[in-house]
Amino acid sequence: MSYGPKPWHQTNWDFRAAFNFMFGSAGAGLLVAAALSGASGNALRAEMLLGMALIGAGLVSVWFEIGRPLRAMNVGFNPFTSWMTRESYAAGLVFALGLAAAGFASQPLALAAAFAALVFAYCQGRILQAAKGIPAWRVPALIWLVLTTALAEGAGLFVALAAVFDAPARGALAYVSLALIARAFAWSIYRGGAAKIALRAALAVLDRSGKILIQFGTIAPLALLLAAWFAPDAARILVLLAGIAALATGWQFKFVLITRAAYNQGFALPHLPVRGTR
Amino acid sequence: MTRWAMVADLRRCVGCQTCTASCRQANATPPEVQWRRVLDMEVGEYPAVKRAFVPVGCMHCDEPPCMHVCPSTATKKRADGIVTIDYDLCIGCSYCAVACPYQARYKTDRASFAYGIATPSEEQGFDPKRLAVATKCTFCVERIDAGLAKGLKPGIDPEATPACVNSCITQTLSFGDIEDPRSNVSQLLAENQTFRMHEELGTGPGFYYIWDKKDGEKT
Repeated sequence: MSYGPKPWHQTNWDFRAAFNFMFGSAGAGLLVAAALSGASGNALRAEMLLGMALIGAGLVSVWFEIGRPLRAMNVGFNPFTSWMTRESYAAGLVFALGLAAAGFASQPLALAAAFAALVFAYCQGRILQAAKGIPAWRVPALIWLVLTTALAEGAGLFVALAAVFDAPARGALAYVSLALIARAFAWSIYRGGAAKIALRAALAVLDRSGKILIQFGTIAPLALLLAAWFAPDAARILVLLAGIAALATGWQFKFVLITRAAYNQGFALPHLPVRGTR
Repeated sequence: MTRWAMVADLRRCVGCQTCTASCRQANATPPEVQWRRVLDMEVGEYPAVKRAFVPVGCMHCDEPPCMHVCPSTATKKRADGIVTIDYDLCIGCSYCAVACPYQARYKTDRASFAYGIATPSEEQGFDPKRLAVATKCTFCVERIDAGLAKGLKPGIDPEATPACVNSCITQTLSFGDIEDPRSNVSQLLAENQTFRMHEELGTGPGFYYIWDKKDGEKT
């Protein structure tokens, strides 16, 4: 049975919140990719600073959305149950370790910052999953989709940047390939979970976005990376395109997830009132 | 121990929205903010259509998702089950609003009044602390506390009872302590079949809906 009024799209979080998830995960993923790449010197510095700048841009974006921006520090008051508080702590740790890593061009510190960035991305997944009012968000598998999307976006950005300056190392190409496959796998599991609880309207939107994620965000970049393997002359441009595709499709998915697929729970009566004759 | 709860008898509600109007007057909520709403729900195809009027609002849950997600600890649950918001702590992030499965929370960024300029009544009730932060039904907690301090009984004495319950013309809404087996609400729950909204989510709403008598009491 279905009862009205029908669920409607949430109006509380808009593109500014979406930017936090888009920039935050790309920044976190870039920090991980940079740390794992073994980059050193100015290359490490630049990548760490760019990753932190992206995370910072996401947080600034969401700061513009909150009603009382001057009280923003209150976000840190509930580490016991709120994933938003934990995200803010993780962000603090990322900036502290990331700045130290950039300052000293230190690989161990970069690895520590990458771990904090992973925690940050995980917190972002948990933030969405804890929103019980939005069926498409409270799917448990969304946590892993957000995490793998962060890795794929960051890896995409990393190889794209690397391709601008030089031919990326094969290890980096293998890493981005794995991240893309993991993201596609996580999408498939998430879609299965969403089918059980999300609204049809939300599923329709997610499917369109998921199709882009798979076709242009997984198959196309993997094909480009494979082509780059066999065509060294065109490798840099092919890798650049693959990286951009990995990043852009992840961002479009997050944007859709927050601003298009977030239908609320609506209301439902398991029983209708029994009045008069039975 | 006390656990304040509300009971709505769906067989009685006529959808007059008096509770909504009463809540708005008592709590001075701005236009488009209705802490107590009455949904007009239809089901079926003509001619087999059924209709129900369903009062909704904050369910004052046992496990409030809004409280768990709140990063500032502005949302709290009292020992008596009432979920409150500290307007001085809230940062207006709206995380609670997306976490609430009952769409019970509102955020109004700027002052607005029914006729543009504030009426004397709106002026009196206007609270700038409520701007740009989350707001919701409080079960008229100030009335309850003030009533209790005077030795009154919430749910029985109107002065200590939520405004929506007082105003209900069909006695659809009842309020009381479900931990007290002799209370009005405990008796209603004992005599009738009830459900709670979205119970499967594990929030433990403190708002019960009566939909029929219990089997043994049917005529």
